[in-house]
This record gives sequence, structure tokens and C-alpha cells, in this order.
Amino acid sequence: MEMIAGMTNEQASHPLISVEGVVKTYGSLQALDCIDLRVRPAEFVALLGLNGAGKTTLFQLLTGLSVPDAGAIFVNGIEMRRDPASGLKGLGIVFQEPTLDLDLSVSSSLFFHAGLHGMGRARAGYRMAEELRRLGLSDSWGAVGRRLSGGNRRRVELARALMHDPTVLLLDEPTVGLDPAVRRDLLNYVLELCKKRGLGVLWATHLIEEAESADRVVILHRGRVIESASPAALMRQAGKATLSDAFLSLIEAHGRGGEGQSNGRVAE
Amino acid sequence: MNTIQAARVLRAVVEREWIRFFNQTGRLLSALVRPAFWLFVFAAGFQNVLGVSIAPPYDSYVEYQVYILPGLIGIVLLFQGMQSSLSMVYDREMGVMRLLLTAPMPRWYLLFCKLTAGVLLSIGQAYAFLIVAALFGINAPWAGWLTVLPAMIAGGLMLGSLGLIFSGYIRQLENFAGMMNFVIFPMFFLSSALYPLWKLKESGAEIVYWLSLVNPFTHAVELVRFALYGQFNSIAAAVVVGSGLLFFVLAAVSYDPQRGVIGRAN
Repeated sequence: MEMIAGMTNEQASHPLISVEGVVKTYGSLQALDCIDLRVRPAEFVALLGLNGAGKTTLFQLLTGLSVPDAGAIFVNGIEMRRDPASGLKGLGIVFQEPTLDLDLSVSSSLFFHAGLHGMGRARAGYRMAEELRRLGLSDSWGAVGRRLSGGNRRRVELARALMHDPTVLLLDEPTVGLDPAVRRDLLNYVLELCKKRGLGVLWATHLIEEAESADRVVILHRGRVIESASPAALMRQAGKATLSDAFLSLIEAHGRGGEGQSNGRVAE
Repeated sequence: MNTIQAARVLRAVVEREWIRFFNQTGRLLSALVRPAFWLFVFAAGFQNVLGVSIAPPYDSYVEYQVYILPGLIGIVLLFQGMQSSLSMVYDREMGVMRLLLTAPMPRWYLLFCKLTAGVLLSIGQAYAFLIVAALFGINAPWAGWLTVLPAMIAGGLMLGSLGLIFSGYIRQLENFAGMMNFVIFPMFFLSSALYPLWKLKESGAEIVYWLSLVNPFTHAVELVRFALYGQFNSIAAAVVVGSGLLFFVLAAVSYDPQRGVIGRAN
């Protein structure tokens, strides 16, 4: 039987994340409107949208920090609303805002996270050494958070998100505030993780160049999924030579005054 | 919920709180200085003016410094309970709260871990204060050092739960000053920590008396006072445990993303 990153074809086709008809409103503001989205094993999905498109709201729902008004979210087949604790086991999360405790050392922060995921000390120590080594941070385990550079803080957050061996990695604009070289390094590292370890990756961004390497780009605009396809398919569909032009053309077509909005749909 | 995993979560949260506490040396110092100031300055000044006649749990006339010792243990518990609230607000501002709330454990249990971590800190500080007081000759019976432990745990859980409720509503660290004025001071002064309630009634301060009587902090202090002398105050225990449960349920609800105030803040 053919294997992808240690999985059977059947496992590989089963979505790790499934968002079905999700709606979220804040007062009179419709933040998300009937969102459908899938992330499969070893699939890198870029969630592309302008600021205020609803990316962070979707991440809040995916991580159980908030709950949808309608629709359902499944992580590894577990509905988040029914059993958020079990769903969260499979998620590795890097939030848009920094979440590293700046007063703790890198090792204390990682042990804290491991403990929150119920990991034993020995296993946590092993996984910590492994992830820090892969990210080139082996010498930084004793460093206090506030003494790390912005790029290294992000790397530690990524190591932390991977410590408990999640099946899905959620990254909400993880490269905000980082220089281009560090951005590129982080993106390449996550792409490698996705293919080598078979992780499903949902990478939210408003930077087009980060979406170019994705298997699939989901364009979120004004709380709706307006397109979902590979970068090449999006460019073909928009008749543009670059993903940037295709993106702008597609949101123009769907954006102004709400005319021409398509129903949220999933092109798989 | 797997018991071993639950214990590991508890250990992680407690460990982090202790690391943060010992990284901030000023916290231990202020935790000791605050009650010590009341004991060695305020109480010393009133030593000859205020004495407390024979009333349970005391079996003889006691000096004022002896009387306020349980009240000052109460203030250690009260400040640490509100400090836990501050710690939650700090965690929210620093983003660490998201880590806690996205841990694969029931939300109420994560809050319980945070609460337990705060209670363990407050008990440590209370015993440190008892040692300081004993060194200066203001002591309770030695057996009381042990019997007071469950009372401190119950009082700490109640006040910590109250702090958790507030942490859901305080949006910024700067608002802590308001908490000091509108929560900590009224709770402390409208209680039996500094003077017995019957003295309030005797002096005609009826409203203050009744407010103090319904103040759960009064009952936490009385629970500690009786326990320090190896006695059990059942009314105080019922109020402290009942209020503690109620506060914890309200805190858990406020942190529930489906019903509480926290969902929009994270």
C-alpha cells in the first residue's frame, strides 16, 4: 500500500481539520459567514486574506478560544464544541501575538507547555532537545525569553507547538514583525515539516509570497471563503501571471460593496 | 481526564507560579512587610488601647497583637488571592493565557490548577509570616500551626476564586488600583480582622456591623482564628466553603467561551 509520510492513502485523505458552515458574529459585525475549509495530512494550506478578513477569528474558533454561532469544527474527527480538550490534543498552535513568557527560560517555557499537554518530564526533555536542535536553538535552552531576538522567540514558539507531536499545525501570521530572512527560514522549516512528518498545516497570512509555496490557497475576504485552489489554479482562473495579481483581482471581483460574493466553497 | 496527565498539568502550572514568584524577590518581601507593618506598628500602637476580653476561641484576655494575628494571616490570603487575579490579567496581556486556555484539559480544571498554585503560594507566605511573628514573641499554640492549615487552604481557595472572577472583568493591569480601593480595602476593613464584630455593634455602627457580618472574608478570618487555637467554627467553615464553591463556579462560567466574558478577550 502506498504511504505518504508514514500514512496509508486512506489516512492521508481523511481531513485533519474540517470546518463546516461556520458562522461567527460579534454584535452587528458578521466576522465569518458560512466558512467551509479542510486541511488534510501533509497538506500546506495558506489562509490568505487582507487585515480584518476574519483569519484570526477563524483561528480563535479552531483553537476553542471562542465558539461558532453556527456550523461545526472537527479536529481529527472530534467536534471542538463537544470535546474541545480532545480536539486540542492534536493541534500545535503558533498565535499571531507573542505568547512566550518573557520571564521564564526557554526550557521552563517548554516544560510548562509539555506539562499542560500531560507529558512526562523525561519525554518532554527529549522532545525539547530534539525540537530545539532542529531549529538551531540547542544553545538557547537556558536563555530567558526577553533576551531572545524576535526571530528566536518565534522559533521557540514553533518548537513549543511541535513538542507534543500534533497532527496539525496552526500558524496565525507567524512571521509578523520578522525580517525577510527569518520569515523565509520559518516558512521553509514548516514546509519541510509538512512533507516529512505529514503534518497538516494551516498558515494564515496576508503576505502573498508566503502563500506561493502552499499546496492550496484559501482566500478569505470579508468573512467569506471566496476561492480555494492551488496557486497555479488561482492564477489560471484569474488570468494573471502572479499570485499577487490573481489575489487582488479575485478580491476586487468579490469585494466592493459586497456585490458578486460567491458562497463559501471548498475546491479540493 | 487521565489522572496522571491531570497531575502533570497541575505540576506545570504550580511550578511556573513558583518560578515567577521567586524571580520577583520583591513579592516575598512585600508579602511579609505588609502584615508585619500592621502587627509591629499599627497593633503595637494600639496595644494599650485595645485588648480583647474573653471570647471564643480565646480562653483568657488577649493582647491586641495576638488578636489581629489571624486577621493578618487573612490579609496574606486576601492579597495573594487578588495577586492571582493580577497574574491572570498579566498572562492575558502577555499572551500566555492562550497557552493555558488551549491546553487539552477541561477549562474548569485549568482554572483549578491556577487557583491551587495561588493557594500554595499564599500558604507559604502565611507560614513565613507566622515565623516572623513568632520570632518577635507573638505566637499561637504550636499545635495551631498544623490545625490552621485546612482553614488557610479553604480561605485561600475562596479568596483565590474571587480573584479569578475579577480577572475575567479586569481588562488591564492598571485597573488593579481600582481593585485595591473597591475590593481589598473594603473586604479587609469591613471584617473581624482588626476588631471583633461585637465591638462594632457595641459602638453603634450597626451598618458596618452587618456589612462585616455578611463579608465572606470575616468568616475566612474567623475560620483561621478558631483553627489556630485547635477549634472548629462550623458557621465560618460553611460560609467559606459555600462562598468558595459559588465563586469558583462563577469564575469557571466567566472563562467558558460559550457563556463567559473571556471568549472575546483572547
